[in-house]
Amino acid sequence: MLLIACPHCGPRAESEFHCGGEAHIERPKDPASLSDAEWAEFVFLRDNIKGLVFERWNHAHGCRRWFNAARDSVTYEILAIYPMGSPPPALDPRRYV
Amino acid sequence: MAGRMRLPQGGFVAHDELLTFTFNGKTYKGLAGDTLASALLANGIHMVGRSFKYHRPRGIVSAGGEEPNALMQVGDDPRSEPNLKATQVELVDGLKAKSQNAWPSLEFDVGALNGLASRFLPAGFYYKTFMWPASAWMTYEHFIRRAAGLGVSPRQRDPDRYDKTFAHCDVLVVGGGPAGLAAALSAGRAGARVILAEQDHLLGGALLNTQGEVIDGQPARDWIAAAEAELAALPEVRVLKRTICYAAFDHNFFGLVESVTDHLPRPPENLPRKRLWKLRTKQVVYCAGAIERPLVFADNDRPGVMTASAVQSYVNRYALRPGRRAVVFTNNDSGYGAALDMKAAGIEVAAVVDARQVPAGPLTERATALGLRILGGFAIVAVEGARRVKRVRVAELSLDGKTVTGVPEAIDCDLVASSGGWNPTVHLFCQAKGKLRWDDEHACFLPDAAMQTGQQSAGAANGRFGLGSCLREGTEAGAAAAAACGFAPSDTAASQAEDRDFLPGRWIWLVPGEHPLGHKAKHFVDQQNDVTAADLKLALREGYRSIEHVKRYTTTGMATDQGKMGNVNAIGIVADEVGGHLPEVGVTTFRPPYTPVTFGVFAGRDVDNLLDPVRRTPMHAWHERNGALFEDVGQWRRAWYYPQHGEDMHAAVNREVKAVRDSLGILDATTLGKIDIQGPDAAEFLNRVYTNAWLKLGIGRCRYGLMLKEDGMVMDDGVTTRLGEKHYLMTTTTGNAAAVLGHLEDYLQTEWPDLQVYLTSVTEQFATMTLSGPSARRLLADVSDADLSPEALPHMAYTAAKVAGVPARIFRISFTGELSYEINVPASFGMAVWQTLTTAGERYGITPYGTEAMHVLRAEKGYIIVGQETDGSVTPHDLGMDWAVSKTKDFVGRRSLSREDMARPDRKQLVGLLTKDPKEVLPEGAQLVEKVLPQPPMPMLGHVTSSYHSPNCGRSIAMALVKGGLARKGETLFAPLGDGRTIACVVADTCVFFDPEGERLK
Ligand SMILES: [Zn+2]
Repeated sequence: MLLIACPHCGPRAESEFHCGGEAHIERPKDPASLSDAEWAEFVFLRDNIKGLVFERWNHAHGCRRWFNAARDSVTYEILAIYPMGSPPPALDPRRYV
Repeated sequence: MAGRMRLPQGGFVAHDELLTFTFNGKTYKGLAGDTLASALLANGIHMVGRSFKYHRPRGIVSAGGEEPNALMQVGDDPRSEPNLKATQVELVDGLKAKSQNAWPSLEFDVGALNGLASRFLPAGFYYKTFMWPASAWMTYEHFIRRAAGLGVSPRQRDPDRYDKTFAHCDVLVVGGGPAGLAAALSAGRAGARVILAEQDHLLGGALLNTQGEVIDGQPARDWIAAAEAELAALPEVRVLKRTICYAAFDHNFFGLVESVTDHLPRPPENLPRKRLWKLRTKQVVYCAGAIERPLVFADNDRPGVMTASAVQSYVNRYALRPGRRAVVFTNNDSGYGAALDMKAAGIEVAAVVDARQVPAGPLTERATALGLRILGGFAIVAVEGARRVKRVRVAELSLDGKTVTGVPEAIDCDLVASSGGWNPTVHLFCQAKGKLRWDDEHACFLPDAAMQTGQQSAGAANGRFGLGSCLREGTEAGAAAAAACGFAPSDTAASQAEDRDFLPGRWIWLVPGEHPLGHKAKHFVDQQNDVTAADLKLALREGYRSIEHVKRYTTTGMATDQGKMGNVNAIGIVADEVGGHLPEVGVTTFRPPYTPVTFGVFAGRDVDNLLDPVRRTPMHAWHERNGALFEDVGQWRRAWYYPQHGEDMHAAVNREVKAVRDSLGILDATTLGKIDIQGPDAAEFLNRVYTNAWLKLGIGRCRYGLMLKEDGMVMDDGVTTRLGEKHYLMTTTTGNAAAVLGHLEDYLQTEWPDLQVYLTSVTEQFATMTLSGPSARRLLADVSDADLSPEALPHMAYTAAKVAGVPARIFRISFTGELSYEINVPASFGMAVWQTLTTAGERYGITPYGTEAMHVLRAEKGYIIVGQETDGSVTPHDLGMDWAVSKTKDFVGRRSLSREDMARPDRKQLVGLLTKDPKEVLPEGAQLVEKVLPQPPMPMLGHVTSSYHSPNCGRSIAMALVKGGLARKGETLFAPLGDGRTIACVVADTCVFFDPEGERLK
């Protein structure tokens, strides 16, 4: 069970959180202009990387706020927590493979 | 004396505290401090069970949690527990134990015939024999389980209580042997918050099993006592005895089980039987010691063959003689410890058979000095004696160790102590995804790099086998762990002791016998699962290479002991056979739990009424008093129907359904999800999350909305009302309330943070009651100051008013097709208003109706229920609800609706179904086919989603999702049922079975 540092509530057990999957996938501004393939890419397809991943997390049983986390999917180490809408932190993905 | 093999004094047992216990119905005596295994051995009993496949007699092999053979059923129903290791069961007065691996009895065992039939039970026999047909497997499995005696689960419910507790610490020390005590002391002295977990009821670990160890100039026993006293005095240190750390999870989260009362003959009422510790630590030091592995030689499973360290434990800790005349078989120095201790205890040591050509090492030298007979370069090549070792034959090994030379010599003995080296207990380290490295010198896997931060290993668990090294490494690890948590190290030096390693060794994984492998004798690798060296070689011949595949095919290491003794031997034999090096063969994955954990601790107090929270509406007591039966909807208890005068469900529901259409019904709808939505951008927000248009909804007006996920599938529906300029109230289905709120919050916070909208769940703040039926307006007018005229409050409109003197929100919306008012009042007034309405409503024949009648009423109107007519793969178009979907704006899920697949004509579409026989009611979930074939499979078109007898239509009605259903109107379909009946039905023109024009809503 991960220990996740909610930016509002501090370190709490993973069971209080809900993972929202890959971060930095923005909803297209004009969905109608997308091809079926492009839309499917947005709705269904995720990278599932071994190594450095950026994820959305929600403190569902706490403050109910969404935030982003950078995590090593091999060691599970959480490398950074940062707000929604911020760019991902500058981490070298080659270090986390 | 407690048992004829008991020594008159010594050890860690209370010689003056006699306990009585029974084993297979016979009564014996043991001592306080005994385990069940030591008490049996003290009574001269080695044979305690029979093996899983071959039903060979089996004896106690070990003195710890690695025990493969001595599995017991302990206690009587309801406290009977199977699969307990006799080596870990603390003896209590009155304990009752039974062998479980013997049917019909330990002495006469019909399953031993399997031994004769063993050529039919080779590696992979499960796969080969029971692949097909599946029904045969069921038969075989029943027989095999009974014959194999895997223990019996108690038939009555568990009468004991279990607790869970959470804990946090700076440093967790796993294991209370010399390294663990040293680690806990140095971390504790530095001021860190330390938890030391020891599975035993005594601290000291391997020190309890040896004699003559000296630490800091004092006997080890005294040093342990001093360490325990000091730990007890340190305010931030907690020592948990009888506590097994069974699992290492992510981010230094650990699972521990503390056994609280099993060792007490009469447990006090106030204590739980066991306690689950959920522990988060900053640092962990694994000091779990090492497990001695046995040598793999011919018929090495005879009762009386034990590990050398187990023999030492029984002699030194439990003060007993496990035999009268012993042969030691070793390939390293540590077997000599057993030889020396046995000699000191008066056991005749007939010979030390040493695989090494030149036996050497500190203990070897002492044995030589004492004049023990040492056979260097020899091996045990045969063991005689079915129920107890009688004799071994020894012979000289060839130079490569693969064969034996010369004529074997027979040596009479009743005990064989074998040592094949040591396996550090790396299980938890590996569960935490730590990597192992192979140590050629000690022939064992050692912890290498930890995957998670804050993890260290110390002592034998880290390959430090000398006592001095263990103490030093433990001290350093404890100090480093404390320092990592910000505590300055104390200046106390590590305790000092002599360093005696068990090297050198000659690592032979498979000891040759008198006959070719697999002939006339068996070399057991995994005794609990009856896996032999021949089985491993067969698996390799059949093409398996990966150790994970060999494991599954042969089942080696897959029993309740998870191969704690046998796995490395198995890997060594595989490596030899494929001509590789051990680390190239690799290790199997270590998974929790380290030892079996009883289910009770996971349940804890979360049983019966505490299993799941129950949500009740403010009117719940009224429903109970009025005889309602309830159904669970999510965590809510909803009134299902209200039977009167011995009515069955059918009669009660019919009466309720008729009453609503004829006059007036009242429904408790409190459980519907309610989300308060406020802010200047609320309308824009609704417009984006609902499929229809929301920007022009006037104040005081209500609108039905469909909510999709981004994949275009229906997620929820409900009515949302504009209460004020910037204020809306959304309703959701009962079961979806939390999911919808989460969905809305997600979009608001992550996609559209620029929208100024505030969401608040108010489901429990309001009690909701629905008045439905032709008399609804009249009753409400009697008790309310609202203007209820159709002009002032038309269908799909809202007003605030007083109802029964209480401020209320009145919504004229309908889920029955009748004139209906949904009334929200503050929850604390719910019961009072409900009582006023039901009392004042008597003159209109008001009838409370439950969820079942509600379902029938809405089905008569063809109204869907999300989760019943939908299953996450249904679009608005599939439901025939295009009228609720805007064509001019974007909304969540819209783009998906124009995917090519969505226009497929053979998608499943919602249709009405009418049975040919109006009296017949289709079962919900029934599969529909075009043509009935003599037997399944037959092509299925879809299934019935809702089906009821409708008293208002005077017949049965149903809805179904059917492939291409909209084009099938008038077609006859069939529902073949499990009971052999087939119901014929016709696809109706519409789902609306009652009042299709909607006259009654006006
Ligand atoms: Zn939070």
